[in-house]
Amino acid sequence: MATPTLEKTSGTAPSADEHLVTVTFRIRRFNPEEAAEAFWQDFEIRIDPKERVLDALHQIKWELDGTLTFRRSCAHGICGSDAMRINGKNRLACKTLIKDIVGLKNGVGTKPISVEPIKGLTVLKDLVVDMDPFFQAYRDVMPFLITKGNEPTRERLQSAADRERFDDTTKCILCAACTSSCPVFWSDGQYFGPAAIVNAHRFIFDSRDEGAEQRLEILNDRDGVWRCRTVFNCTDACPRGIEVTKAIQEVKQALITRRF
Amino acid sequence: MNKAIETTDPADATYGPDHPAPVIEPPRARTGRSPRTSRTNYELYGWVFMRMSGILLVVLVITHLLIQLVLDGGVSKVSFAFVAGRWASPFWQAWDLIMLWLAMLHGGNGLRTIINDYAERDTTRFWLKMLLYTATVFTVLLGTLVIFTFDPNIS
Repeated sequence: MATPTLEKTSGTAPSADEHLVTVTFRIRRFNPEEAAEAFWQDFEIRIDPKERVLDALHQIKWELDGTLTFRRSCAHGICGSDAMRINGKNRLACKTLIKDIVGLKNGVGTKPISVEPIKGLTVLKDLVVDMDPFFQAYRDVMPFLITKGNEPTRERLQSAADRERFDDTTKCILCAACTSSCPVFWSDGQYFGPAAIVNAHRFIFDSRDEGAEQRLEILNDRDGVWRCRTVFNCTDACPRGIEVTKAIQEVKQALITRRF
Repeated sequence: MNKAIETTDPADATYGPDHPAPVIEPPRARTGRSPRTSRTNYELYGWVFMRMSGILLVVLVITHLLIQLVLDGGVSKVSFAFVAGRWASPFWQAWDLIMLWLAMLHGGNGLRTIINDYAERDTTRFWLKMLLYTATVFTVLLGTLVIFTFDPNIS
């Protein structure tokens, strides 16, 4: 790709790649089949600044180094597969535009863009981490409707106000950006983490659900909501804009009002 | 234009598909066996106690510091006679006793949460907490003993 575009710029017609900029991506690489140590590798690419970090990763994987490993499924900010640490902040690679995170001078990025796997989870290869502990915490808060009595013959109705009560926490896509930005989770993975608490909140405050007490009891324990230090990293990291710390505080409040 | 620059040399050839390098596990990962529900409100009461004692301590400690260090000549007035005079009143005895207990339990509980957050190995956190509890109990008991058995006529 590089050679033909270079020749074109010398012609009289407006170049097809005038809008492209040169940006360096500094990517944290790890391959247990080659070395025990992770290392930083720089890739310099020409890319449209209005493209996303995920497009840059694709370009690197497809054109420069096929061994670069990362997760992505829908590539449009819904599946939650491509959470990674970009320039030191947890974000979705498919929702982060290059122009928003790089300073440009004469069409060249002033600083490299760093891309790392999310922290607090075992790195399996390059940007891929082991999500099992994360989903274990999710399963432990019982993220499903719990009811008593017979099944109703029609749908369970709910007022608009009751739906609004937990609307914010229904937006979670389980990308782990919040949990892997939490300093308590970094040092102690037994903590449920913001994502699990958000998904517990989604059912605790659902008027149709009757398992709130069970979930609150789980979150009342040593690894539950009381380990939250209100650092607000989770709220900053959430690519869906969920007020995560607020949701955790609401669970604390529910526990206090129920126990006293 | 498109070029890869390697900043570090991954020149360790001893690992392969059959002998992958050991991955670095984060401390205390959550597994299926992790949830051991204690069904107690201990952490809840601890959290509420920190807020309540914190508010009380602001009043108790700031007043204490004002009396000891600022008002009426400042620190130079503090002597055995000054302390003996204050502890003659049950009000100041109770004040200092409550301040001692609240400050030690507040600080002890705060350190306990810090140890829980940052000590990675179970044995480390156990012994750090044992050390903390011993120091807290010792200081609380010694202080209480002094407040109740203080003799102003000691020579």
